[in-house]
Amino acid sequence: MHLKLRVWRQAGPTATGAFESYDMPEVSAEMSFLELIDELNEKLIEANKEPVAFDHDCREGICGSCSMMINGQAHGPSRGTATCQLFLRKFVDGSEITVEPWRAGAFPVIRDLSTDRTALDHIIESGGFISAPTGSAPDANLILVPKEVADAAMDAAACIGCGACVAACPNSAAQLFTAAKVAHLNLLPQGQPERWNRVQNMVDTMESYFGSCTNHGECEKACPKEISIDFIALLNKDYLKAQWKNRKLESQRG
Amino acid sequence: MPELTTEDDRAGADDASRLAREVGPPVPPSPRDKPFLVRFYGSAVGKKSVMALTGIMLLGFVLVHMIGNLKIYLGASHLNEYGEWLRMIGEPALPRTVFLWLLRIGLIGAFAFHIHSAYSLTRMNQRARPVKYQSHREYVAANFASRTMRWTGIIVGLFIIFHLADLTWGFANPDFVRGSVYANAIHSFSRVPVAIIYIVANIALGIHIFHGSWSMFQSLGLNNPRFNIWRRYFAVGFAALITVGNVSMPLMVVTGVVK
Ligand code: FES
Repeated sequence: MHLKLRVWRQAGPTATGAFESYDMPEVSAEMSFLELIDELNEKLIEANKEPVAFDHDCREGICGSCSMMINGQAHGPSRGTATCQLFLRKFVDGSEITVEPWRAGAFPVIRDLSTDRTALDHIIESGGFISAPTGSAPDANLILVPKEVADAAMDAAACIGCGACVAACPNSAAQLFTAAKVAHLNLLPQGQPERWNRVQNMVDTMESYFGSCTNHGECEKACPKEISIDFIALLNKDYLKAQWKNRKLESQRG
Repeated sequence: MPELTTEDDRAGADDASRLAREVGPPVPPSPRDKPFLVRFYGSAVGKKSVMALTGIMLLGFVLVHMIGNLKIYLGASHLNEYGEWLRMIGEPALPRTVFLWLLRIGLIGAFAFHIHSAYSLTRMNQRARPVKYQSHREYVAANFASRTMRWTGIIVGLFIIFHLADLTWGFANPDFVRGSVYANAIHSFSRVPVAIIYIVANIALGIHIFHGSWSMFQSLGLNNPRFNIWRRYFAVGFAALITVGNVSMPLMVVTGVVK
């Protein structure tokens, strides 16, 4: 098939960027979107031009590296897939595809399509540890977890931290990411001792980098793991509760 | 085979290392020394629940206000009597209009918090994306209502000032007579431009309610997969009820059905 690409080129964090058009006259419909960029880069290298910088690693939708705004949608038009799982057969032959990096104050562009997503790591760091007994190995199934709870925690833990939720959100909020990360520990018995501090610290850190959630629901549709905004409601509820609980806990300090 | 260069000589290319974690070190957990409510309102999640709670108060007001005003269809005496009754609630335990004023003060407070939190969250969200998307954004879930909240909110806010000037204080209404609720409304709505203002503003209100009365459940964490679909039904129903009820009054008067 024949595709035209409009790719955001930016030499460095402080450089001004612009779209550049490339013609890809012969590509296979079975290629993934990242392979299309690979192919473009081969052509650029052959012409002794600078290849397009983009993040990628596993190429099977589990690492969360790939990050592109394709035709105005995070990870492109197919639902529940990362850019690496998006195939060219999703596009109309002869069409033009616009590719842009994630845009958010907390995600500065490093070069071309590659952005610095360290802020998401800071949210994780502020969540801290879970207390777990060390020493001799505990018996299996010592802590029983209801099936439904385990399933819900697993759904939340599916987050690969790509930042598509932030990219898709009209407010650049990282609510879905934070909600998923908070929920997968807060739902489980192992996460209970630090539950209220975890949600408080992670939300506070999130708010120092990102915008606020106004319940558009864009994040849920952009998420390659289709994590539900139900987790955002859970996050809000836990945050509200944490205000009371932490107050109580503090008063115990004496 | 052409020679490959790893050096990028485009301007600004070497700044990547300077970016070197410009996003900074992790933020230390916020000190928990401020009074609890101040701390709570200081957070965006806290502000959203304040928006939801004040939103619920305002929804309650809008509903009662509409039900009361629909008495316009029962005729002058009913509507005027209702207006008089509002001033009398609480009598004789409370002096005349005291209860009404308590309600009004509560409403003004709710408005103040609703607007202040909306304003500061909007500013926060604008700061969160200093460089906008340079290509067309394709929205999948965000609807017209959710994306125009601040505009419909501003329209409704300005309208309320006009509405008070028109039918409460009376200086935007040349035929205003204090206490004759029915006649004032009829005089006001029979002016075509005024009727249009009322109709447009109430449609904006309906759109605002459509997103708000769904969104408030999320903000307060009221979520249960079994009932979630009802949150949408509720929002559609509430928004439709208010819009139809409120728009009908100026429409019926300006078209001469109610005189
Ligand atoms: S490259 Fe790993 S998720 Fe796409």
